[in-house]
Amino acid sequence: MSIEIQKLNVHIKDNHILKDVNIVLPEKQITCIIGPSGCGKSTLLKTINRLIDGVEGVKLEGNVFVDGQDIINSGTEITELRRKIGLVSQRPCPLPMSIFDNVAYGCRINKMFKKRRQLIYHVQKNLKSVGLLEEVKGRIRTPAARLSIGQQQRLCLARSLAVQPEYILADEATSALDPISAKTVEDLFVKLKEKYSIIMVTHTLHQALRIADNVVFMYLGDVIESGPAEQVFHHPQHELTQKYLAGAFS
Amino acid sequence: MKIARKKKLRESVAKLFMWCAMLVVFGLVISVIWTIFSKGCKAMSWDMVSKLPGGGFYIGKEGGFLNAIVGSLYIVGASTVLGLIVSIPVVFFLNIYLKKNSKLAYVARLAFDVLFGVPSIVYGAFGFTIMIYFGLRTSLLGGIIVITLLIIPIFIRTMDEATRNFPRDILDASFSLGATRWETLKVVLRQIAPGIATATLLSVGRAIGDAASVMFTAGYTDSIPTSLSQPAATLPLAVFFQLSSPIPEVVDRAYAAALVLTIIVLLLSISGRFITNRFSKNKV
Repeated sequence: MSIEIQKLNVHIKDNHILKDVNIVLPEKQITCIIGPSGCGKSTLLKTINRLIDGVEGVKLEGNVFVDGQDIINSGTEITELRRKIGLVSQRPCPLPMSIFDNVAYGCRINKMFKKRRQLIYHVQKNLKSVGLLEEVKGRIRTPAARLSIGQQQRLCLARSLAVQPEYILADEATSALDPISAKTVEDLFVKLKEKYSIIMVTHTLHQALRIADNVVFMYLGDVIESGPAEQVFHHPQHELTQKYLAGAFS
Repeated sequence: MKIARKKKLRESVAKLFMWCAMLVVFGLVISVIWTIFSKGCKAMSWDMVSKLPGGGFYIGKEGGFLNAIVGSLYIVGASTVLGLIVSIPVVFFLNIYLKKNSKLAYVARLAFDVLFGVPSIVYGAFGFTIMIYFGLRTSLLGGIIVITLLIIPIFIRTMDEATRNFPRDILDASFSLGATRWETLKVVLRQIAPGIATATLLSVGRAIGDAASVMFTAGYTDSIPTSLSQPAATLPLAVFFQLSSPIPEVVDRAYAAALVLTIIVLLLSISGRFITNRFSKNKV
């Protein structure tokens, strides 16, 4: 139940975005991908759930094994892959519907429940798991766009969890939030790693320090260093990693 | 001090200019409505909207223009539905399926812009040519087809504008839950629902008020059509024919028909606004 990436190269038009990426993302741990802007962190995430397919002029080479299956070359069913790998994006993006329908949307398209009662229970359970159920009590049928940004991000997380994924990809999921909401979401990720494998792109080194079990440091499309957080943060092997951690560039 | 005074003066002049422009527009709307109501009310009666033209209606005798009301509603209703059925897939194709910088999308948008600007009489002439080619006579079907052609560019351009600003993140959010493009279209539809409502309103407004395109295609008749092959009367033509009469009673009836037309458009505008607000509540 891990993700293994071998010799992954991603080209977008004439740009070589990811260069020979070789990493293993262990299960039920938080792996933080760090690195300066434009180093390919988000591209790597979008490759794992093949959202990259929608980008114009993209070319993928190499192998990405999800649960032992190569999702690049084996004719994987993309919709099933995406259901299995949830995504929480940088800016919360509720769907244009009610709070309830946002969480129920994925369940409905994946035909997870036959009875409405089961769906209602499932939606409530997932809202509760992100600490939102109490906050939206009595207005669960109101538009999701009326929630605060922090609540919207937790709703998006609940929506991802509702389709019962095995992995969660988080692309700077706390960067658009106020400090209190960011802390709430961050704590949620720590709690969720008991059940899910979490791969998180973050710009905040402090956040990675607080929650990462593993760290991948990227620079200009290359993976410079990866390994347990303790090792990468406290005993970095590569000079570039040392400079980045020391704040020489960002 | 001098600069501050100059700025204040400039601000006041600009404000005055805006007020004047507002007053001109308001005045125009009010004078149009006042003229239609004051002249139309004189000839308006229950018979006008509930009866077909009787013998001698066009020389001021009994009857009404129910034929034109029903004919207009038939044509506008059918062409709006047909227009929506054709336009929504085109808008989805342009914005969701084609890539952002697609040449096909560029050419298609250019073509719709051109069609948008084509005068309605040209649509009428085009429809007339087609009907002659197929040996058709003026009919309800002819009117429906030409009005549909007339409003499709309005539908597409208005909905396209609403969809072009569609947040791409919503698509990714839907795809990342395992949705197909087809399933995602339902989400897009919810987001652009206000745009569709606005497009429908503009299209219906244009369709119901256009005389030139239906003159040669739908024709005019004193009865209510019972099949698509029969000619149909329309309110704009009822106004047009009666307004050119030398008999004052008939001219007043033209204003009564114009009044009904205005009331229908007003009702549509108000209900359209209400529907747009309702659809907008979920918009992200």
